[in-house]
Amino acid sequence: MSPRRTGGPLALVPILTLGLFLLPIAAGLVGTWLPAFGILPSLGGTEPTLAAWQRLLADPALPGALSATLISGFGSTLIACAVTVGFAAAAHRTWAYRQATRLLAPLLAVPHAAVAIGLAFLLAPSGLLLRLVSPWASGFELPPDVATVQDRHGLALTLALAVKETPFLLLMLLGALGQVQAPQRLATARSLGYGPTVAWLKTVLPAVYPQLRLPIYAVLAFSLSVIDMALILGPTAPPTLAVLVFRWFNDPDLALRFVGAAGATLQLLLVVAAIVLWRLGEVALARLGRRWIAAGGRGGSGRVGRLGWSAALFGVLTLGVGGLLVMALWSLADRWRWPDALPASLTLDTWARQVQRAMETGWTTLALGLAAAGLALLLVLGCLEHEQQGGRRPTRALWLLYLPLLVPQVAFLFGAQVLAVLAGLDGSFVALVWSHLLFVLPYVFLALAEPWRRLDPRYVRSAQCLGAGPLGVFWRVKLPMLLRPVLFATAVGFAVSVAQYLPTLFAGAGRYATLTTEAVALAAGADRRVVGVYAFLQAALPLLAFALAVALPAWRYRHRRALQ
Amino acid sequence: MPLCRFAALMACLAAAASAAGAVRAAERPVPSFEAAVAAAEGQTVYFNAWGGDERINAYIAWVGERVEALHGLELVHVKLSDTADAVSRVLAETAAGNGDAGSIDLVWINGENFAAMKEADLLFGPFVEALPNFALVDTEDKPTTLVDFTVPTDGLEAPWGMAKFNFIYDSARIADPPGDAQELLAWAEVNPGRFAYPAPPDFMGSTFLKQILIELAADADLLQRPLESPAQLAEVAAPLWRYLDALHPHLWRDGQIFPTSGPAQRRLLDDGELDVALSFHPGEASSLIAAGQLPESARTFVFPEGTIGNTHFVAIPINASAPEAAMVVANFLMSPEAQAEKQNPEIWGDDTVLDLDKLSAEDRKRFADIPRGPATLSPEELGPVLLEPHPSWMTALEDEWRRRYLR
Amino acid sequence: MSLELERVSLSLDGRRLFAPLDLSVPPGEVVTVMGPSGSGKSSLLDLLCGTLPPAFAAEGRIRLDGLDLATLPPERRRIGILFQDDLLFPHLSVAENLAFGLPPQVRGRRARRAAVAAALAEAGLAGFEARDPATLSGGQRARVALLRTLLARPRALLLDEPFGKLDVSLRARVRSFVFSHARAEALPTLLVTHDPADAQAAGGPIVRLAPATAERSGPSASVG
Repeated sequence: MSPRRTGGPLALVPILTLGLFLLPIAAGLVGTWLPAFGILPSLGGTEPTLAAWQRLLADPALPGALSATLISGFGSTLIACAVTVGFAAAAHRTWAYRQATRLLAPLLAVPHAAVAIGLAFLLAPSGLLLRLVSPWASGFELPPDVATVQDRHGLALTLALAVKETPFLLLMLLGALGQVQAPQRLATARSLGYGPTVAWLKTVLPAVYPQLRLPIYAVLAFSLSVIDMALILGPTAPPTLAVLVFRWFNDPDLALRFVGAAGATLQLLLVVAAIVLWRLGEVALARLGRRWIAAGGRGGSGRVGRLGWSAALFGVLTLGVGGLLVMALWSLADRWRWPDALPASLTLDTWARQVQRAMETGWTTLALGLAAAGLALLLVLGCLEHEQQGGRRPTRALWLLYLPLLVPQVAFLFGAQVLAVLAGLDGSFVALVWSHLLFVLPYVFLALAEPWRRLDPRYVRSAQCLGAGPLGVFWRVKLPMLLRPVLFATAVGFAVSVAQYLPTLFAGAGRYATLTTEAVALAAGADRRVVGVYAFLQAALPLLAFALAVALPAWRYRHRRALQ
Repeated sequence: MPLCRFAALMACLAAAASAAGAVRAAERPVPSFEAAVAAAEGQTVYFNAWGGDERINAYIAWVGERVEALHGLELVHVKLSDTADAVSRVLAETAAGNGDAGSIDLVWINGENFAAMKEADLLFGPFVEALPNFALVDTEDKPTTLVDFTVPTDGLEAPWGMAKFNFIYDSARIADPPGDAQELLAWAEVNPGRFAYPAPPDFMGSTFLKQILIELAADADLLQRPLESPAQLAEVAAPLWRYLDALHPHLWRDGQIFPTSGPAQRRLLDDGELDVALSFHPGEASSLIAAGQLPESARTFVFPEGTIGNTHFVAIPINASAPEAAMVVANFLMSPEAQAEKQNPEIWGDDTVLDLDKLSAEDRKRFADIPRGPATLSPEELGPVLLEPHPSWMTALEDEWRRRYLR
Repeated sequence: MSLELERVSLSLDGRRLFAPLDLSVPPGEVVTVMGPSGSGKSSLLDLLCGTLPPAFAAEGRIRLDGLDLATLPPERRRIGILFQDDLLFPHLSVAENLAFGLPPQVRGRRARRAAVAAALAEAGLAGFEARDPATLSGGQRARVALLRTLLARPRALLLDEPFGKLDVSLRARVRSFVFSHARAEALPTLLVTHDPADAQAAGGPIVRLAPATAERSGPSASVG
């Protein structure tokens, strides 16, 4: 008997959102699978054939590529998980814990490529870490001939992925902790005589893990198929599978598109198999864990673990931040040769030479990021409002939003490009924004859904009873009260857009250069001082967005204690 | 099956070309240069050019400013990591029926990419004869301005610069650089881990293979003709593989890892990880010293018996949106002003295609004023030019290299 | 002006929360609804406000001033509600919170400001306009929340355990403040609580929500 709001135009938003998503991904997957089996009429492929698969499986680079891919994909995910869980379990409620949580968001904002570029210089045999001890301590008059980056097994890539993904997992973990009443669980366990680390592992981890699952799968899928970081730090001959596929798609020999399509499909199968394997591992570990919990071991004070895991986490954070600072220093360097630990002198020459081009690229990056993040925000708010005004439970179908995080980019971008060409959108700004939206929107949703759903519904009821309609409630109550998470989610979306490499190349048809595509292209061999300029800008832009997202609400609500 | 790749590429291009025949049937006429200049004003030229070198990018940006000032057209540098991307894009566009609104107006090209585009009728022209500055090109003493990797240019690409393979080395570390392939091998054995070459199909790495092959092949003249069969490759290239098998254990990272590109290898030289890098521009070492990217002690050496030389060009795709403006840009690139600027080692250090004797005294002075730089060899020291093999050899060599060493 | 409930009942997932309720709240009277937790007290208020979550199903008729409320959205029902928490909007100042309640028919900045100032002065909070609600004491916040509700000129007032979180010394003062205002404005008032002291202070009739038993007939709620 109470009037139901049907939502009107809002009802279209979830459908529109899913359509925007599913169409390119589904078309992209099909458009990749067909050529994998020989069907691509524009290149003369009309008969189904397994030739591309035969060629793929016979390729000399494939075994090496698979091994490097598996090592870096699983290795980095395992390290990131271990450091995240180890640190949270061993060091919760310590000083280090509070400091670390502050550093997370900034590191999260930094694009993968920038982290990789920074690490490449730190870790190289002629890089900063060895320079610091050479030749006085190490005895190296010349850089040693050891592959510390671009090594055959992808170990440098593994480390870089772990550096980049650990902050993401830890931040996800912190978000999840708020929902499981961790302090009460810990207090209960501690009062039963459990040491802090064991108490956390036995009472908190089982409760938060389900919420970490999706982020972990996303990390695993990403690490197995990353391109930009692999181009910078990964092995070269043979490269990882994703890079191999990427090269086939770009080879002048168009017949290799078929092999590339087969490789992209293999990449997808690999990711699916990896996730299944991980799930099986979870089940096995959970079974062992139950037995461990039931055994009742109390554990000790965990002091050694606390030190060890804190050191591991800060090591990871230091590598990430240190690499960026060093690249910023490179952009100001005059000459900086082995074995000098510092540049011979500083100069603004490089910036003066690059400023015009960097500005152009920066504007493109900014416009693209704002468009994609803004659009994503609109759609996400539309979906959430539709859900709340209808009093619906979170729609099941919305998990489809996370699809782009789990499906490897190379597995569908080629097919999606074919779709864009057919639609005449190839190389247009619209196609570019759309391609970024695929990856921006899930993160915006991830960042905003929880705070939006958690807002005390009685505020809305009060406002309604005071005479405010749905629009009034949205603009005058919800949006201002949730200004902080809204801006934070937008900054997350912006940072995700800035970091996109492959979608920019595919959808932009090479016509749009962003700070990331420039930085990756330059990283391969260009003047490191110029690379420094782009790596710095690439990191600075999203950091600035995060700073604004924090500062604006703080300033706006400087006289509102409850919102600080 | 080393022949496969080139053959397959050709077959694909041919198939696509016939599929897109309808588009090409409407031949696009080449305007007179005056008409081109008139039409060019206000047009935008998307210049697809390899973007891996900052100094070259800066030079192209300078060209953009000049043509805008002179002709009121806009030049956009689309930075490619591989010119092959542009070839496949033109192909995809024409196959989709896009006959005159393509996304590429001008492309920096030579060798296999030119051969492929020419074979598939993907090039606009012949337009080169219509460009007034082409008369200044030294087609006599620089025959590679007319024959690109054994393929006649037929006026479909305008010469832009001269490249000659050379080695950059650190004279502080090497007193007496090697004088031929065998000496290089001997030097590498004594100095393990200090030499490398980029992994083919990077063009610098591929050129290294061709240079060694020309030196070691029993009959190098065979390379000027298309590759006939896999058996021929196996026979002719056998000394090359023996040489590489001997060399690789002494390379940087034991020959297990290769630098990704020429610039990457030059950076490794500057980092002190290598003593030798490869280059295609005789002025490059001086240029990089001036730019603070190589030590003052960097110098150049070549093999006195000769090193591979070629010309690089610009071409206009058949479906260019602004072929008139592209012609105007191509003409400017051949102008004494642009060529002299390019040859300056402080800018780029790429040798001119022009015949200085054909220039006015004023323009000759532009070239005379260019500082040669400390690391640049004199024309006499630079040695004879060896001609590029036919493109079919290169793709076959790349495939076979991949099969042998990429695992 | 009175609030009439006729055979009103609520069910969730097909389970009826309480037996059909008949109730009439005359102007200026405070009727107290009591019942154990989970008996549907708060949901009953949601139903009256029009903010009942869609998972619930409701039966019966509600009339305010003879007008059936069923078709009206919450913002047009003009039913004021106070919760256990004051729910002052944290992003607005005290004056802005009050102005949020003030109907748009009060036009002009000066008039609106005067209305807000008068309300504050009357409640002993003169000069509090620019204050951040988070800096007020519990009693002050409760008073501001009531003022905000009254400024919206409601035709009925609902109280959802509004004194539950106040400490004992404060509770009596706030209670009398609320009840005296409700009586002064002749509002039919429905109080939901499980504190008998609240019910006693309200002075009106007390309704106990009876759990719904199958096919029970006769009076479903005892008025006493």
